[in-house]
Amino acid sequence: MGNSDFLVMKGISKSFDGTQALRGVDFSAAMGEVHAISGENGAGKSTLMKILSGALPRDKGEILLDGKSIELGSPMRARQLGIYAVYQEFSLIPHLTIAENILLGQMPTTRVNGVIDWKKTFLGAENILKEIGFTGIDVHKLVSQLSVSHQQMVEIAKAVAGPRKILILDEPSAVLSQEELKRLFALVRQLKEQGLIILYISHRLDEVFEIADRITVLKDGQLVGTVRPQESDQNQLIRMMVGRNLGEIFPVRKPPSGEVALEVKELTLKNSFSDISFSLRRGEILGMFGLVGSGRTQVARSIFGADRFTSGEIRLNGKLIRPRSPREAVSAGIALLTEDRKRDGLVMNLSIRDNISLASYSHLSRFGVIDRNKQVGEVKKLVQDLDVRPPLLDQLASHLSGGNQQKLVLAKWLMTHARVLILDEPTRGVDVATKVEIYHIIDNLARDGMCILLISSELPEILGMSDRALVMREGRLVGEFPRSDANEERLLASAAGVIQ
Amino acid sequence: MTNESNVDNQVPSSNIVKKGNRVRNLLLSRGGNRRPNWVNFAFLAAFIILLVVTATMSDVFFTQRNLSNLMRQAVTNGILSLGMLIVILTGGIDLSVGPIVALTAIMVAGFSNQGMPLPLAILVCLGVGTAVGAVNGLFIARFKLQPFIVTLATLGAIRGLVYVYSDVPITPIDPTFRASLGAGMIGPIPISALIMLASYPIVWFFLNRTRSGRAIVAIGGNVEAVRLAGINVTWNIFLAYMLSGLFAALAGVILASRLGISQPSVGAGFELDAIAACVIGGAILGGGGGSTFGTLAGVVALGMIDNLLNLFNVQSYYQQILKGVIILVAVLARRKQR
Repeated sequence: MGNSDFLVMKGISKSFDGTQALRGVDFSAAMGEVHAISGENGAGKSTLMKILSGALPRDKGEILLDGKSIELGSPMRARQLGIYAVYQEFSLIPHLTIAENILLGQMPTTRVNGVIDWKKTFLGAENILKEIGFTGIDVHKLVSQLSVSHQQMVEIAKAVAGPRKILILDEPSAVLSQEELKRLFALVRQLKEQGLIILYISHRLDEVFEIADRITVLKDGQLVGTVRPQESDQNQLIRMMVGRNLGEIFPVRKPPSGEVALEVKELTLKNSFSDISFSLRRGEILGMFGLVGSGRTQVARSIFGADRFTSGEIRLNGKLIRPRSPREAVSAGIALLTEDRKRDGLVMNLSIRDNISLASYSHLSRFGVIDRNKQVGEVKKLVQDLDVRPPLLDQLASHLSGGNQQKLVLAKWLMTHARVLILDEPTRGVDVATKVEIYHIIDNLARDGMCILLISSELPEILGMSDRALVMREGRLVGEFPRSDANEERLLASAAGVIQ
Repeated sequence: MTNESNVDNQVPSSNIVKKGNRVRNLLLSRGGNRRPNWVNFAFLAAFIILLVVTATMSDVFFTQRNLSNLMRQAVTNGILSLGMLIVILTGGIDLSVGPIVALTAIMVAGFSNQGMPLPLAILVCLGVGTAVGAVNGLFIARFKLQPFIVTLATLGAIRGLVYVYSDVPITPIDPTFRASLGAGMIGPIPISALIMLASYPIVWFFLNRTRSGRAIVAIGGNVEAVRLAGINVTWNIFLAYMLSGLFAALAGVILASRLGISQPSVGAGFELDAIAACVIGGAILGGGGGSTFGTLAGVVALGMIDNLLNLFNVQSYYQQILKGVIILVAVLARRKQR
């Protein structure tokens, strides 16, 4: 750590209810530096950043800005010092316009004090968006009308609307498409040139290597070390994060030979997707790649009965089905793991047991009364099989790490004895070690004859897992690649509409 | 993220299900977390201190007569609160229970005066209460209107209906009605109190051990996750309001039998007491928390305060003020635990 470091955090410690989340962590960053912070879920990255942004008080340690010790009592105080954080959980207000959200707390007023000058507001917000290269967003629109990835952009626009010295980005790329990620990186570089310190938290190692000047790795609340990307590689970083070698990330797949179980023919939903046809064999993992907004999730939701479709047909084991609700789909043997576990996957205030049983009450109960022994037995088995930690059935879902929460959602669907499993971004926001575990769980399920439709925006995941890969663009299927023909360039080109 | 780290560090060995600790669990709130919740112990302590103080200051309180009175008075709110709890767990609210109490109280009195057999009259009234709940549920679950607005509308409408049915007080003439439900005792405990006390374990069983009960609890936490799990959300919300109507009717029938007279104005403000009992017992308005036995504690606490103030001859207006303060204190005390 040089003396030139503008931000210095020394010996930061923090505990929650007796458990140590951070133990004497030293961290520093220089002006004009992009400093990535990596580590598994629960390593303490977010806690460290929340302390820096004033959202959490620290137990011990000192924070120096420009050599001067500072106290951060509240996020407000941190903002006055020029520290601003964009968290994974959005802080946008859905029923206000984009412009209001961006300029919240600093809306321009007319000569009469307290009366908002709407013209200036919209113009100001537009300028901010233009400055950072996010064009094509109508600032008059309500935030609730935006897609998740556009919401993320607005969140970032809000972060840079004002004088900043330190910008914290917590997993900013989770919901962004490749294209949007490029724009984000361009923005980060632009801000870096203006002398800002950017602290970039991410699971995705390729991103970290591309954008960061230095990478600090935390594990179990302790500093493992700080490296420069040019002097390191992904394997070293994974070792630092996990403390061991992971072995093969992706399982070795054998071509599936089962008969066709799911057939989708010319499935169409007006204004969303059209003419989607594919078939899925027993024991096959079918990848579905596409940029955010290409209609993958909508197709999945329609097959699952969560949304309707206007025309087309779905056959399961040769039988025509038309699920009008998730209930009908579940009883037909279809399961959908949704992309956002917090929003529509888990009931956070309920226990592990309740969450895993949620979709299976019909076979767990007789005359409406739950068979407690059967329930506990089945839940226990899944908790063990999937290695959910801690294996306490009464633990609330909100107390689990992201990776374990994802295992809960997976366990919930396995408990239904589904025959077709649709996985929408099954490893989003999950640490590396759990990711590998989930890949092997998926592989094992396929070996047992499960049909798996794997939707993902992560190319390595699609390439590493699927026996066949479909590509969607603008609501249509634009490509199908057997495992032997699939590679990054082809899939990306197909998804982006570039003719090779 | 704040909780992730402490979870990873405490992986126990083989003991998957923690048994025992049942009593402790009853005291712990189901809202946010399962660590010992000192607020509940503090409430318990305050409760005991209150009892001791009363016992020393009043020689009437611990007489059998007063205690059975206390129980009888707590019955109405005790039963109403059960229905309210179920509705609050789904993330809703039922403001219409007060008028349902009035409607069923006046109907059971009227029917019995017209010579309808008592059991039949009671059954019809329970059916009427359930039907009103079904109307609430239909608009809320099927047409997705806001519970507050829907039940506010039925609150007004049913109260009007009560006055249409009868604007003079009706005295039930059937003496067995008062003698059995209203004044009857089994040992030292009034029959009506036994009905209430029996309802609590039943509702606990419903909420914890049945399909619909678990669905109702889960709906308040995350309705979309429940829908996507293939559960019939519409039906379960509908069911919750029907149950609330049913319990309100039961409370109305019992109230009529206790008072021996049914006035159209009875039950005004009852919904507030029921909501208060749930909230004191740890329920979270908007869904995602609440416990059956916590609610019972809330009911008993509110009932005792009423009773004590009566014993000390405090005017009922002051009682209302004090109740308001207690609700605020209870909510304030629980605020930090989330």
